[in-house]
Amino acid sequence: MTGVFTLWKHGVKTGLLGGLITVLLSLMGMVQAFSERQIVSGVFSMDQALLAVAVVFVGYLAAKRTTSTTPLWVVINSLTCGFVTAGMIMLLLVIGDLINLRAVFINASPVLYQLLSFGHGFESAPLLFVAYPLCSLFAGILYLLPAALRRMFTASLTCVIGAGILQDLLRPTLAAWGSLAEAAEWIFTANGLTEQGASALFLVISVVTLVWSLKGKAVRTGYKRLPPSGQKTLRWSGIAALLVVLFILPQILGIFLSEVLTIVGLYVLLGLGLNIVVGYAGLLDLGYVAFFAIGAYATAILTSPELGFFSLSFWEALPFAVLLGVVFGVLLGIPVLKMRGDYLAIATLGFGEIIRIMVLSDFLRPWLGGAQGIGKIPKASIAGFEFGMPQEIYYLILAGCFLVIFISLRLKDSRLGRAWKAMREDEDVAQAMGINLVATKLLAFGTGAAFSALSGAIFATKLTSVYPHSMNVMISINILCVIIVGGMGSIPGVIVGAAALVGLPELLREFAEYRLLVYGLALVVMMLVRPEGLWPEAVRRREFHEEEVDENNGATAKASS
Amino acid sequence: MLKGWKERVTGTDLVMWLIAAAILGVVLAGSVATLWSGRYEGRHWFDFIVFGLAQGSIYALIAMGYTMVYGVLRMINFAHSEVFMSGPYTAYYVAAAFYQSGFLESHPFLCMVVVFLVSMATSTLIAYLLERIAYRPLRNAPRLIPLITAIGASFFLQYMFRGFYGPGFQAYPVIKALEGPWTFWGLRILKYQVLVIVAAALFMYALYAFIQRTRVGKAIRAVSEDKEASYLMGIDVDKMISTTFIIGGAAAGAAGVLYAIMFKQVHFFMGFIPGIKAFTAAVLGGIGNIPGAMLGGIFLGIIESIGPSLFLDGLGIVAPYQLKDAIAFIMLVLVLIFRPTGIMGERVAVKKA
Repeated sequence: MTGVFTLWKHGVKTGLLGGLITVLLSLMGMVQAFSERQIVSGVFSMDQALLAVAVVFVGYLAAKRTTSTTPLWVVINSLTCGFVTAGMIMLLLVIGDLINLRAVFINASPVLYQLLSFGHGFESAPLLFVAYPLCSLFAGILYLLPAALRRMFTASLTCVIGAGILQDLLRPTLAAWGSLAEAAEWIFTANGLTEQGASALFLVISVVTLVWSLKGKAVRTGYKRLPPSGQKTLRWSGIAALLVVLFILPQILGIFLSEVLTIVGLYVLLGLGLNIVVGYAGLLDLGYVAFFAIGAYATAILTSPELGFFSLSFWEALPFAVLLGVVFGVLLGIPVLKMRGDYLAIATLGFGEIIRIMVLSDFLRPWLGGAQGIGKIPKASIAGFEFGMPQEIYYLILAGCFLVIFISLRLKDSRLGRAWKAMREDEDVAQAMGINLVATKLLAFGTGAAFSALSGAIFATKLTSVYPHSMNVMISINILCVIIVGGMGSIPGVIVGAAALVGLPELLREFAEYRLLVYGLALVVMMLVRPEGLWPEAVRRREFHEEEVDENNGATAKASS
Repeated sequence: MLKGWKERVTGTDLVMWLIAAAILGVVLAGSVATLWSGRYEGRHWFDFIVFGLAQGSIYALIAMGYTMVYGVLRMINFAHSEVFMSGPYTAYYVAAAFYQSGFLESHPFLCMVVVFLVSMATSTLIAYLLERIAYRPLRNAPRLIPLITAIGASFFLQYMFRGFYGPGFQAYPVIKALEGPWTFWGLRILKYQVLVIVAAALFMYALYAFIQRTRVGKAIRAVSEDKEASYLMGIDVDKMISTTFIIGGAAAGAAGVLYAIMFKQVHFFMGFIPGIKAFTAAVLGGIGNIPGAMLGGIFLGIIESIGPSLFLDGLGIVAPYQLKDAIAFIMLVLVLIFRPTGIMGERVAVKKA
């Protein structure tokens, strides 16, 4: 009896986990907040997608953890998981019916119960025990399918859900393209995808992923077989195409999306700076926003007529702002030279907070503006062209990003870059190899601070004002999330991370209150599941891959002995 | 002996000494100027110290959690501040229900016990789940990874509770029995401050006795001494680590109610600042060292309470009280720089932090 129970206990366990997750999502208000948006208009809403994804996730987990390899047990486990999850939701509904949960949990409203029970209260609640096990059954079958088919299903479903979520963004953009507008009307409605659009998208992506899984290898080996010069031209033409797209992007996207792009760009700048400190040199800096603040405030003080100290132009102030950033980077770096790991993190967090409190205080108000901040910062301009609108500031930020990417790329494999990486791997060994730790660390802090100050200066002229409240510890954490989710030490990773963590939430403004929740979750899940990031640096990928190889070897060794 | 000092002293050392001298100079000049001006009387200083003692004992209770977890896992449990927040925020609803039914007025003591129990239970549950879900799978990961996980968990928990209970401040019900002062030998002490100090002292004593006297406490100490050896001695290391989180969580939950009694409101972000300060306290006392954390907390509380008036007022700084958090952070940075082993000396070395 117990033997049989061990076979399906994982189904019950993961089902409880799934119940916990879905109940949490409901009580945190996410279900209700997401219910406004439709993925497939009138058929499938975003809250249903959220719950379905959660159930599929735990169902897959249940299938994966099944100790027996027989497909029947896998299916039974995933089904059990779905039933248990549905049971937990049912329990929430019953409890919510008996006592007024809303006195404590503000989101436990009748609307939530309606949503959870498919619209008709207890009459339709039994549907739970059909829908949830179906989702988890799907997960179980997905687990049993061959990898290519599994990839096909996940890719096409992700694309459909993604397109549905981003329809606000995609529809107007496509509509601006004349002939594409009709296609857009066919695929999208005012809220979500149309039914035919969703199925067409699903089919197209399925075919593409299937073809890629069959032919992808041939394409890749074909690319590798090209002579080096051929590879080079191919790569450069790819980069040139990317540059052209980046250059005309704001003209296509319009004002709101350009604004989003500028914010992403600022985070790319900041992320690349922190990437040098954390990713290359391995110094976890949680007070990184301090240098951003220094850059922004230096620009404000030097340019703003409100304080009336200097009234320089933006371009005259910029070198001073960056220089000041470097000076502070080195100055704050000196005291923490001997610290490592978590002590360093806390000390830098302390520095960041000290600077914010100082800026906020009445004591330094005559110089720094106190809580009101500093306004009337002039816009940057070149030869009469003023960077005022988001579309124009975009070019300023793009130029900054190119500069910083270029410097990062050149530094990466330089002597200094290699010294940083050596230090990241093992400080003592690096020192023994003749690396001057003091100089190397201070250069890392200084370079990182310079990038951050540059970003701060652009930020100041973009908003034409600076406030201490926009310089809080959350910014440091956001930037850290960007580089960790993207992949530490990887330049494309920073860009991907910034787009995913900064761009996406800007597009989904109505869910802004869940932004930090999702950030926190993303950090934890990334660390548990994929510590090397979305687009890892080659060295790190190998490192984490190596461990897996070792584990496999260990397992086979154990099995053979 | 002084020969060759030129070789031994580096540029960075000089900068550090300069920083230390400058800060010492500011503190001394400020204190002398403040005392000279006679703006504050003995009565004021007494009030500051009692307030600092009450605040410091709360920090000390939270710091126990940081220090014990550091002892067993060698990691800073960044999410401990959210463990601290979760308890009183949940217990608020119990307290509010008691207040509305009038039960709080008729049986204040019983109500307080229930509120404490609810708060401690919640914090304990959160701490336990945190360890099970987020930290346990990372036992052998490189050092940065658990720290980043902890930061992520901290934000997740903050916004989870924001989602549960809403974004606003909630005012804790006032307990009539704790209103007003007592007078001893002509000195007025606010009743709630006495309660906070006494309760915190009791909790700390109970915790300390638990760690020192019981078998479980002994096992926890063994695990923080040497994980592998204690495993070989038949101690269930994972269970002891969970127990450590549970005890730390209970202390944080108790500290949370005391904090709510003192500052009379709860909020989902309330854990951040006390959390960092308690961490400072733990570092001050030498992280991993339980009596050190208590002393460090009380010391920090008092410095923070008298610091703005004593050090800064005399220098003519406007609104010195705004800089009270800066004093705590400067203390943190200074301790980390000049004496990372803490004022109590070291027990857990920071060899490869």
